[in-house]
Amino acid sequence: MSRQQIADPQHLLFEAPRHQSFITGSEAVAEAVKRANVDMAIAYPITPQSESMHLVGELYEQGYIKDFYRAENEFAVMAAIHGASLGGGRVFTATSGPGTLRAMEMFPVWAGARQPIVCAFMCRGVSLPPSIQPENIEMGMLLDTGMLMLHAEDGQDFHDMILKGFVVAEQPDVHLPVGVFVDGFFATHTKDRVMLPPADLKLPPYDPRSAPVPTFDMETPPMRVTRDPLLNKSNFISGSANASWHQEILAAAERSRRHLRKCLGGLLEVQNPGAKIMIVASGTAVSQSREALRLLRAEGMEVGLIKIKSIRPFPEAELAEATDHADLIVVPEFNAGGWLGREVKAALDNNRRVISAPRIFGGMSMPPGLIVETIKGAMGTKKRTAAGV
Amino acid sequence: MSEKISIRMSGLGGQGAVTAAHILGAAAYRDSLQVTVNPFFGAEKRLAPAESYVRISREPIFERGEVLYPNIIMIFHPHVITMGKCYTMPFFDGLQEGGTILINSATPLPLTKEDRHNLTERKAKIYYVPATEVAMQVSGTELSTNIAMLGGLYGIRPLTSMKALEESMVERFGGGKFVASATTAALDDAVKEKFGKVSQMIEKNMEVIRKAGESLTEHSLS
Repeated sequence: MSRQQIADPQHLLFEAPRHQSFITGSEAVAEAVKRANVDMAIAYPITPQSESMHLVGELYEQGYIKDFYRAENEFAVMAAIHGASLGGGRVFTATSGPGTLRAMEMFPVWAGARQPIVCAFMCRGVSLPPSIQPENIEMGMLLDTGMLMLHAEDGQDFHDMILKGFVVAEQPDVHLPVGVFVDGFFATHTKDRVMLPPADLKLPPYDPRSAPVPTFDMETPPMRVTRDPLLNKSNFISGSANASWHQEILAAAERSRRHLRKCLGGLLEVQNPGAKIMIVASGTAVSQSREALRLLRAEGMEVGLIKIKSIRPFPEAELAEATDHADLIVVPEFNAGGWLGREVKAALDNNRRVISAPRIFGGMSMPPGLIVETIKGAMGTKKRTAAGV
Repeated sequence: MSEKISIRMSGLGGQGAVTAAHILGAAAYRDSLQVTVNPFFGAEKRLAPAESYVRISREPIFERGEVLYPNIIMIFHPHVITMGKCYTMPFFDGLQEGGTILINSATPLPLTKEDRHNLTERKAKIYYVPATEVAMQVSGTELSTNIAMLGGLYGIRPLTSMKALEESMVERFGGGKFVASATTAALDDAVKEKFGKVSQMIEKNMEVIRKAGESLTEHSLS
């Protein structure tokens, strides 16, 4: 059995001295779950998620988790996670690409039932065409499921965002599921430096009484009555209740901003804020952009970088402010659909400044030089337009 | 080491290209260098193409994914070249000028005239090491081929101290479980079964490294 002390989240996340390790993103997930005081984890393997939940299974063997099993498929996992959370447990699971799509029905159910579930998504191709390689198109498909969505850049982010995910998800004024996303392989399989808090500390246990809605408790009426009346517009009350409940889910996501700002140090992060050309990216595209900035600086060009950490809620106001002065906004991303480019365009005035490129998918790596070329190409177009050519 | 070293290892599933990258990366980490390691593979089956990448630098490394512009390419199996079992065509795509290629083969491979021409233009240095043979001779199992490839690499250019390399092997094979994939865990068990003790295995592996370094030949393109 593990011997861990309960630590105040503030202490565990921000104050406790950290030690450096050289681990994969999958191992970083297990290190986060080890410190998260998780009651139950349920797994179903899919590349590139399998290693993470395999390691979480070993945490169960070591006594860090009270219950763990392998379910029949991803839908069964997400449905069982729903049940375990309704019963008042702190739960964790993870999936990837096609697994995400197979389980899709359950994500709005989690949000609809106001459950503080944390689920990791190791994004990969979704068989459009078949690919097990990294790309994050599934994020674009989850934007309106009601869950909060954080996009981790690397193993360090992944570790921290899972722990912080529980803290934010369980706030009584939030109480919504949190998806922590990474680009599979690029983050899960890369071995890199990760700073870890002490292993003998863990988060305080989840208190189901902090939920703004009743815990599902078969022993204690009237909780045994499920929230069934909301299901049908059978009368005026139930119909109105359904609508106001839905509005409250959206409002809870809005209220999460305050907690996310505190936990993540902002929904976005800006490097070189004064630059006239800004790159806006999330996940691994941020890492590739950092290298692009280095290449551009070697040529004497200063370009800014905005790393979006929270996709839901989306930092519209912060993004508008950080790009207000910019002439050109380039959005590189790891999917063919360009969902982040659309989000950015929807948030900004004069969105003709936004170039939604390059888009890399099907497991290709994004050459930093391609981001540089995209910027230069767009600058050339701008000059020609200005000259009336 | 002033410049960034970008290594691309191309091999076949089960040969240990991923494990070799992990060992090299862990050694560089032990020597306080900046380093990242990541593999790329499709379906996990033996003899399917598998690649891994190691980046070593003194500056922070942000870039992720495949090494598109390597200065060192390690080819773990002739089929990578002769049967196109790799993620780039030709196998040396993106090789930086003056870059190094290390190939596991006892005899030089029949490169096409075009490949030879392109490699000459890039001023590529080509080395051969009979890694599988060395693994069989010294440790009695071809599962040490990946270690022999590291031996060949260190014969050309020691990227870390030998002490760090040895320690990272002890870390990889000695202590707790390392989960890169289910098949990797199974292969780990198989390789450990071949040796009575971990210490014996490390000793043999260090010998494989020395012997592979000695068996290295530079190949002239002209």
